This record gives sequence, structure tokens and C-alpha cells, in this order.
Amino acid sequence: MHFGPHLLLAALEGLVTSAVLALTALGLSLVFGVMRVVNVAHGEFFMLGAVLAWAITAAIGGHPALGFLAALVIAPLIVGAIALVAERLVLRRLNYNPEATIVATIGMLYIIQQLALSFYGPEARPVEPPFSYRILLPWFGYSGYKLSIIAASALLLIATWLVLTRTRIGLIMRATQYDSETAQAFGIPVGRVYGGVFALGAMLAAIAAVLIVPISQAHYLMGQDPLLLSFIVVIIGGLGSLRGTVVAAVLIGLSDGIISMFFSPTLAKIIATLLVAMVLVFRPQGLFGTTSR
Amino acid sequence: MADKNGFFDLSKTALTRRTALKGLAAGAGLAVAPGFVRYSQAQSSAPIKIGFQSHRTGIGAAYGRWYEKTTAAAVKAINAAGGINGRQVEVIIEDDGTDPGRGAEVVGKFATQHKTDIVFGTLFSHVVIGSAPAAGENKMPYFVVSEGHHVASTKLNRYVFQPGITDVKSQIQSMAPWIAANAGKKVTQIFPDFAFGYDHRDYLPPALKAQGAEVIAQIAIPPTESSFTKYFPQIPPETEVIYHVMVGPAVLTFVKELGEFYGSNRPQLFGFIDSLEATDINSPGLEFLDGSHFWEGSPRYAQADDSEAQKAYRAAVGIDDNGAAVGDPKDVSTAAHMFGCWETLYVVKKAMEDAGYKGPEDRAKLVEATEALTAFAEGPEHPQGAKTFNGKIHQCFGIQNISKVEGGKLKVVHKTKIEDGLYEAEGDYTKQAL
Repeated sequence: MHFGPHLLLAALEGLVTSAVLALTALGLSLVFGVMRVVNVAHGEFFMLGAVLAWAITAAIGGHPALGFLAALVIAPLIVGAIALVAERLVLRRLNYNPEATIVATIGMLYIIQQLALSFYGPEARPVEPPFSYRILLPWFGYSGYKLSIIAASALLLIATWLVLTRTRIGLIMRATQYDSETAQAFGIPVGRVYGGVFALGAMLAAIAAVLIVPISQAHYLMGQDPLLLSFIVVIIGGLGSLRGTVVAAVLIGLSDGIISMFFSPTLAKIIATLLVAMVLVFRPQGLFGTTSR
Repeated sequence: MADKNGFFDLSKTALTRRTALKGLAAGAGLAVAPGFVRYSQAQSSAPIKIGFQSHRTGIGAAYGRWYEKTTAAAVKAINAAGGINGRQVEVIIEDDGTDPGRGAEVVGKFATQHKTDIVFGTLFSHVVIGSAPAAGENKMPYFVVSEGHHVASTKLNRYVFQPGITDVKSQIQSMAPWIAANAGKKVTQIFPDFAFGYDHRDYLPPALKAQGAEVIAQIAIPPTESSFTKYFPQIPPETEVIYHVMVGPAVLTFVKELGEFYGSNRPQLFGFIDSLEATDINSPGLEFLDGSHFWEGSPRYAQADDSEAQKAYRAAVGIDDNGAAVGDPKDVSTAAHMFGCWETLYVVKKAMEDAGYKGPEDRAKLVEATEALTAFAEGPEHPQGAKTFNGKIHQCFGIQNISKVEGGKLKVVHKTKIEDGLYEAEGDYTKQAL
């Protein structure tokens, strides 16, 4: 294949990765930004979203689009509810202590993963895409559904940005992020905000998973890679910064797509991790982060 | 079900399991009295303990589950027929997480804590390679069902055996003539970037060269990869056959993306069913495989010419004509590999009887008795087919099946002969000290 089409394919693949990564990492970033909780179980919420999407589409049947749309609505809601319960039962009782919550979320990671193995099983199960249109380019074919993931992710990111910057809920969240004690003094129910943010973070991961599951498959170990990549994105972009998260996700996704196609996937991971190290040394708050208080 | 140490005791669970009940009418009397096995045998001797190193979690979990089912069925049949040397067989399962480090720990645990007679049942090649030194140090006979070439390469040690499934080098050698004659001469290989994949990388090119065909590109893919489109531009346009061997949960994606990339205008495909074990061949996106060919150790779908032994084996393990669990058509088995568990256990039985095996003090005798075996006849104990066994390299050699995807099923179109897969031994384990 010639260089041009090769690069185009690499860029398309990279953009799909970026789109899913941006949503997942945004969830992680919100939870850390507002709650100062490093949620190691974030990848498992992603996995739960995919597994539930399989369960919902299998239960509904009929046209694949029907089941998929239902999964896109229901799966994130269930995952959000589970996250809310976990937040009430575990994180709140630890007073959101940074060290304790890391250990607690590691525990949650294993509990969720093993529950999925017990009840869902070790197989990778497919979900049918809502439509299967193959775009025929002169050099190769490409999945139309993959392109629609990029669009869907962009819409969701814009919606999240609008919520954060233009609504009262967003204002409350930003106030809590800026200074939770002062926010509480002004009558903001910080406990409830924390619960809501944790659920929202998990829901963003679940939505990303529902979008990706028709081209990937639901599998109980699928949460590991997104977790690692999300951490990379969040560190590079700056914790709690929506703009930074999106820019870093596009950067990491595109470089992963292009480097792994022209060189090797391992090199792409090496460079991404090296970038994290460089950012941590020279700009610890991330490219777009503000110095934390 | 689990005893006080939390270990699964198959001698008890298998008897209460509903699916297993159907398999063996003769065992029905035993089934209603789970304690019977224990007490009637207690007067002669304690059970023979087989440590089962199972991939219960990790990327091999789907295989692990079916290896356990097959093992339970074989142990049940062996026990119903009087056990080994008049002693019942008890299986103790430990999860290795499909991880080499944990695999070695599990072997150590079997040797020192459970004090099992042998260790058995490992599939993934990196776990076998990681665990083999521990088996050698503990002088623990280690019977794997892995299909990798590592045992036959004589690079492991004298305690490691693979008597139930043919190794990859032999499989490739026996199938190369068919690939060159029927699929095409210019082959691109796609394989996982670890030990099992390297067997394919190293042995396919010479095997094809001998048939006047050639490998024109080799694409290694990391085993944890979840998206494959980015590798496809490396496939040269003049490729006539894509030879694919993938493992792990992302194989469906692999096939689907290959379909999107090529559409209907694709090269021939020849794959190892490892890519799709435990996966329904009729899953959405797999239509692309229609008309392509696969290696199968033992056919997943019941074939018209199945032997009585094959039928009895399928019934005992509890798989239907489509290779799925009886009563659950979505629960597809790992039929192409798991027969190896059944056959290996019967080899262990034969070797223990030949050696007059009494307990762990006779492990060296068991190793020698296994090495003395030369052939296994097709029959209820070896339902996949006849095999020869080379005691010097601890490896068996059997027939291979090439199946075509046709109308949503796999139909066997070619069976190789045992002689097709024989090669010069690369070493001799029997020269190593016991």
C-alpha cells in the first residue's frame, strides 16, 4: 500500500482510539478533579458497560439498532447506579482519603472483575453493530460504524462541556473542584456532588464501552488497557481539565495509530509512557492543568 | 463441593453434576451416593491425586473451563471402570491465571502442599515453559495438553510429557502439502507474538518451502492487542493465502476487521481453530469466514463418519452435534484441543499400570513407563484417532483435520496421516538423569 492511503488508514484508526479514549479518560479526570480520588476501578466500569450492552442486546433481540440504542441508554444508567452504591458504601466511609481510596478502588477492581467472570463467564461475546455499512475507499474498505463512533464521541464531549460550563450543576461541580470546603460553607451539598460525579465518571466510561463493543467484544478483562491509557491521557492533559483530556486523547490516539502502523505497537506504548515521564518531570500539572491547591 | 481448604474435589462434584449424569448410564448407581466412592475404596488405598493446573482465569479461561469439563468426564469414566491400579482418581484444581509465574507456583504447591502424584492439564505455551522448571526441580511428572513444540524440542526436562495432543511443528508439516496444493503458494502469516506463535513462525516457512510454496510476510501481533486494522497494510497485495493463528479474546475483532478491510475480494484464508475455540462460528461478523479452511485437532461439529468411540466421547463430555454444551447451544466448546485431556488421562492410567505405580516414591518409574510407550490405538480411550508416541522426545503424533466453513458449520475435508507429521528428533530426554 502507498504512503498516502496507509497514513489515512492509520489516522482513521487513531481517531477511533482517540474518540473512545477521550470519553473514558474524561470520566477518570472528572472523578479526580472534583473528588481527588484516583479511581483504579475505572476500567472495570468500562468493562461493565460492555458486558451489560451484550446482556441488553441479547435480551431485546430484533433489529440490532434497537438493542444497541437501548444498551446505550440503559447500560450507563445501571453502571452509574452501581458506582453510586460503591461510592456511598466504600469511598464515603473512608472520607475520600487519597491513599485509602486508591487501595479501596483496587479492591473494587478485583471484585467487579471476578463477579463478571462468575456471572458472565470467560468468553468474549460480540454485540452486533446498529448498522454495518462498509465504506469502500479505492485502496481499502473501512467500517462506517467506526466513523460514527468518532462523531458520537464528539457530540458527547460537547454535551459534557456544555453541562460543565453552562449549567447550575456544572457550576456546583466546578465550585466543589476549586475548593470543596468553601463550597460546603456556601451551602453546596458536597457529599451529594461527590456521589453524582463518581456516578457520572463511571457512566462516561460505560458509554465509551457501549460505543466500542460492536467493533471489539465484551470480555471480563477488557478494562485493563483503557485504564492504563486513561491514566496516560489524564496525566498528560492535566487532571480535571476537559480541554486537556480531549487534546491528550487525540494526541495519544493518533500517535498510537500512526506509530504502531508504521513502526510497532510496542514503540507506540513506549513513546506514550515516555511522554508521561517527560510531562511529570517538566510540567507536573499536565499540559492544560492548573497547579493544584 | 469445595472441601475445607477450598479446593474443588472433582470425584465428588462430577457425580452430582447433572450434565455428567447423562454421559454414563453405568455410573448412575454411584451418582445417587456421592460418598460411595470414598468408602468402598478406603480399604485398599487412598485415591491417586492428579493436580490440575487450570487456566480458570486470565486469557485462557474459556479453554480452562472446557478442559475441566473434559477432565471431569474422563475421571468419572476411569473411576467407574475401577480407577487406576484399583484406586480411585481424585483431581485437585488450582488456578494459574494463565500466567507463567503463577503456573510455577501452582506446580510447587501441588508438589509440597497437596502432594499430588502428577500435575496435568496446562494449555498455554508460556505457562508450560514457565512451569516446567518447577516440575523438574520437584521431580514431578508434568503432563501437558498444550500442542506447542516446546516439549518435543527437548528444551524442557525429563518430567514434562505431551502424550495426548500433537505438537505444532508436526501439525504444520502434515498440513503444508494441502495448503500448497489447494489454497495457494504465496502465504502471509499472522501470529501471536509469543511462544505458541513462534512455533508457527519458525516451522511453517520450511514446511511450505518443501512443497514449492513460500511465506512472503510474517506479521507478529501482541497477544493483548484489541484492534487489528492497523496491521493489515503489511499484508503484501500478491498474497494468495493468509495463514492466521490467533489466541485470546480479540479474535472475533480480528476476523471482522479483516472482513471490513478486504470485503468479498479476499485472499484464501487458512487458520488454526485456536482463533475461534469457544466461539460460535455463526457469530455476527464471521460470515467473512465462509468458505475458508481451519485446522482442527478433533472436529467441533459431529461428522458423518464419526466412530463409535468419538460419539461416546462427545456424549460423556456433554457436547452436542454442533460442539456446544448439551442444553446450551451458545456455550461452544474448545473441541479441537480438549480431547487431549481425555486422552492424556488414559495415557497416565496406562503408564501407571505398566509401572505398578503405588505413590509419589514411584514417580521415576512412572516417567520411565511413559517413555516406554510407543503407540495408542484408536478407541474409547483415544477417540480422536490412533497415535504414535516417541519416548525420547515425550511427544505423541496423531492425525490432523482440515475443515471447511460451509453453511455455518465446519466440515472435515482432509485428514492427514500420522507419517505426514513425523520429523527427526531434536534431542533425547531419556539421557537426562531422573
